[in-house]
Amino acid sequence: MNQLPTVENSAKVNRGLSFKVDLQAYTLIIALVLIAIIFGFFTGGEFLSSRNISNLFTQMSVIAVLAIGMTLIIVAGHIDLSVGSLVGLTGGVAAILQVWYDWNTLMAVLAAVVIGAVFGLWQGWWVAYRAVPAFIVTLGGMLIFRGILIGLSKGQTVAPMNASFKEIGNSYFPYIPGYILAVISIVLLFVWTAHNRKKRQSMGLLLPTAKMDYGKISAYSFFILLITYMLNRYLGIPLPILIVVVLAGIFIFISNKTAFGRYVYAIGGNQEAAALSGINIKKNTLWVFITMGALAGVSGVLLTSRLNAATVSAGNMYELDAIAACVIGGTSLIGGKGKIVGALIGALIMASIDNGMSMMNIETFWQYIVKGLILIFAVWIDISSKK
Amino acid sequence: MDTFALEMKGITKQFPGVKALDNVTFSVRKGEIHALCGENGAGKSTLMKILSGVYPHGTYDGQILINGQEVRFKSIKESQDAGVAIIYQELALVEEMSVAENLFLSHEYMRAKIINWNKVYSEAQKWLDQIGLDIDPQTKVGDLTVGKQQLIEIAKALTKKTDILILDEPTAALTESDVEILMKLLNDLRAKGVTCIYISHKLGEVMALADSVTILRDGQTISTDPIRELSEDKIVTKMVGRELKELFPYEARPISNENILEVKNYSAIDESGKTIIDNVSFSLKKGEILGIAGLMGAGRSELFISLFGGLKGKKSGTVLIDDKATDIKRPVDAIKAGLAYVSEDRKRYGLVLGMDIAKNTTLTALNKVMKLKVIDQALEVKRATEINNRMKLKAPNLETKVGQLSGGNQQKVVLSKWILNDPKVLILDEPTRGIDVGAKYEIYKIINELVQQGVGIVMISSELPEVLGMSDRVLVMGGGTITGELSRKEATQEKIMTFATGGKKRESVANS
Repeated sequence: MNQLPTVENSAKVNRGLSFKVDLQAYTLIIALVLIAIIFGFFTGGEFLSSRNISNLFTQMSVIAVLAIGMTLIIVAGHIDLSVGSLVGLTGGVAAILQVWYDWNTLMAVLAAVVIGAVFGLWQGWWVAYRAVPAFIVTLGGMLIFRGILIGLSKGQTVAPMNASFKEIGNSYFPYIPGYILAVISIVLLFVWTAHNRKKRQSMGLLLPTAKMDYGKISAYSFFILLITYMLNRYLGIPLPILIVVVLAGIFIFISNKTAFGRYVYAIGGNQEAAALSGINIKKNTLWVFITMGALAGVSGVLLTSRLNAATVSAGNMYELDAIAACVIGGTSLIGGKGKIVGALIGALIMASIDNGMSMMNIETFWQYIVKGLILIFAVWIDISSKK
Repeated sequence: MDTFALEMKGITKQFPGVKALDNVTFSVRKGEIHALCGENGAGKSTLMKILSGVYPHGTYDGQILINGQEVRFKSIKESQDAGVAIIYQELALVEEMSVAENLFLSHEYMRAKIINWNKVYSEAQKWLDQIGLDIDPQTKVGDLTVGKQQLIEIAKALTKKTDILILDEPTAALTESDVEILMKLLNDLRAKGVTCIYISHKLGEVMALADSVTILRDGQTISTDPIRELSEDKIVTKMVGRELKELFPYEARPISNENILEVKNYSAIDESGKTIIDNVSFSLKKGEILGIAGLMGAGRSELFISLFGGLKGKKSGTVLIDDKATDIKRPVDAIKAGLAYVSEDRKRYGLVLGMDIAKNTTLTALNKVMKLKVIDQALEVKRATEINNRMKLKAPNLETKVGQLSGGNQQKVVLSKWILNDPKVLILDEPTRGIDVGAKYEIYKIINELVQQGVGIVMISSELPEVLGMSDRVLVMGGGTITGELSRKEATQEKIMTFATGGKKRESVANS
């Protein structure tokens, strides 16, 4: 142990560190690759076809949007069991407004998101300002929201949606614009990295070697192009996936780069210390729940759009998939630790298992059992790797 | 004549990359109080974990003999069965259970598999009488003071057949009066033939209590001596391996007349309507170190947490910071007004242990590393590196989680965090609790550096030598109010204790 490293003496230290941090993320990616290989093998390559990958990504989008919000909730030291019901309710309200009351698509979507946020506010208020445990508040919410949905829809399936509403979950970003988008994001990645390096250098801070930094983003770029290529071979980039990517980008930024994001991690890590550090626990907790509610609204819209209908059981059990995605992605249920990227990979792993096993014609009951086992296994790996 | 209760011979313990213990020899005579001293990281805890079976036989080299018989503990249970009981700094009592339930937890008196509560309570009463505690065995442990809980913990060890009692920093959280009760109990136990290993940073207690002292440094046994051949200075020299010129690097200097903090007629009432702080008035000058002494429950921490906006309930009175009136409702108001509060419990109130050093450092001063409401990570790392180097923090790098640091280094991160905010008044609550001698000295140096820059320091401490050694002026508290004020020249341990226990306040302290 030494004084903290300064520019001169610590290039080595830093390199070792980045490798260690990446290793954890690699475990998830390795798991994903293994799953792809296994299913690819048993389905005769069909699992890895462009069409299936396109389907897979689209299928995971509803859960992925929830998992983004759920990461914040769990990092803050809470849980939200109501999101499945809230997805059903917000999606149902959007459908009712459009089908029964002729609202246009934009207004129906906005209504779903706002209603989600308002119910998030309701739950956050109980948790933050009335100190009722989130488990209880959201267990209540799970019942309440489902009840409201059944009441509003009178137990009926509400369908069909307008063409424009259907587009949200079912359209594709076609060939040329898809590539343009991929190239733009790659260029941005490089510009941003170069800018960062320059700034760190001007402040006299240590830098990872240029080879490492650029090697890493080159690998990212390769994957962006590969996925774009695969998706373009089918119908293009599915719009739901773009929505997930944009939301993920926004929330990764919020969690890393804003005071709110930092405070959420501090509150989950040690609430008492956070409070004495001048952090407003209640306000920040409230916002975490509002955010979750709004994201549940987005999810509800996606689901209704994809199904072209709203049903009373829509979104049933989605909260557990979202929580599982976070946990598989390395989020700690104790709070204070977790990454949105991890949750997205977790969601992809869960969706892959669903999708792959269905393709292999394995009966549904096996899918439940396997998913349950993987959840336990993932957490066990996480815990034992810390020892 | 020399019969040993415990002999540990040639103990070597290897962790990946580190040799924590290197051929350590440690022998304790029957019926003595044997102190084990050393800086943090010297290997005391590792040695005790080997003795108590936390590290099972086979994971270390060497031999352990108890009463001349070799033992090979595979688990904590086995060491307990052999009569070794260890009492840790962090107490292992169930706060929601009664004293009696705690005393006999896991070995309740049974009759046909059903707990015989009458027997449990009557036996508990006997043990309480024996350790000289006058409390009802049905009292909830959580309602007792930390000092009394410590005694309960010892009694609990004694209810099992205990030959060797290990106390790890037993007095770190105790006030002077509780320490006295504990020392008396240990003396009684010695008279009854219980062997005791006493681990402590408080050398005054070691000198008063121990029969012999073993000193560890860097995983090696430096010496074992009878107490009559030692002095505090000699022990410190052996512990740190070099001569510390002085324990307290106080620098005499002129102190300005400007008040940086002025508190007038300040009272605080908690949520249940009980008066915690009763009409307190005092002032702190720019660049002054104000020591706050008093017994546990005197309201020292409460006064300053309340001033900092961290207590619920009502408060009244005037608080001026830099001659400006303040209205502090929450910690964020206090931080804006220029206050900083370093808590006595750094793990609970000071740090987010799972976060790295950089993020902990900037937690209260995020606005100093943000541009357009966005955190500038490069700037954050730069600021954190600068301030932590000033604190002489020792860590592999800034991405290290603070939970992995030693107590002394954690405390430096807490200091960094608050100093980054450029406070006008820095409140230090037990700043050196549980920290080794070397790191203590460095923290005193930091305090000196800060007062040079005009920061006013409030230092709450239960260690009187520290209060006397570092303060320009001492306030003594008792029963939620200030009972005395002493200049550096006037202050002595006796005068402070007289004020702390004085008059009617004595009763209220004894009752609490």
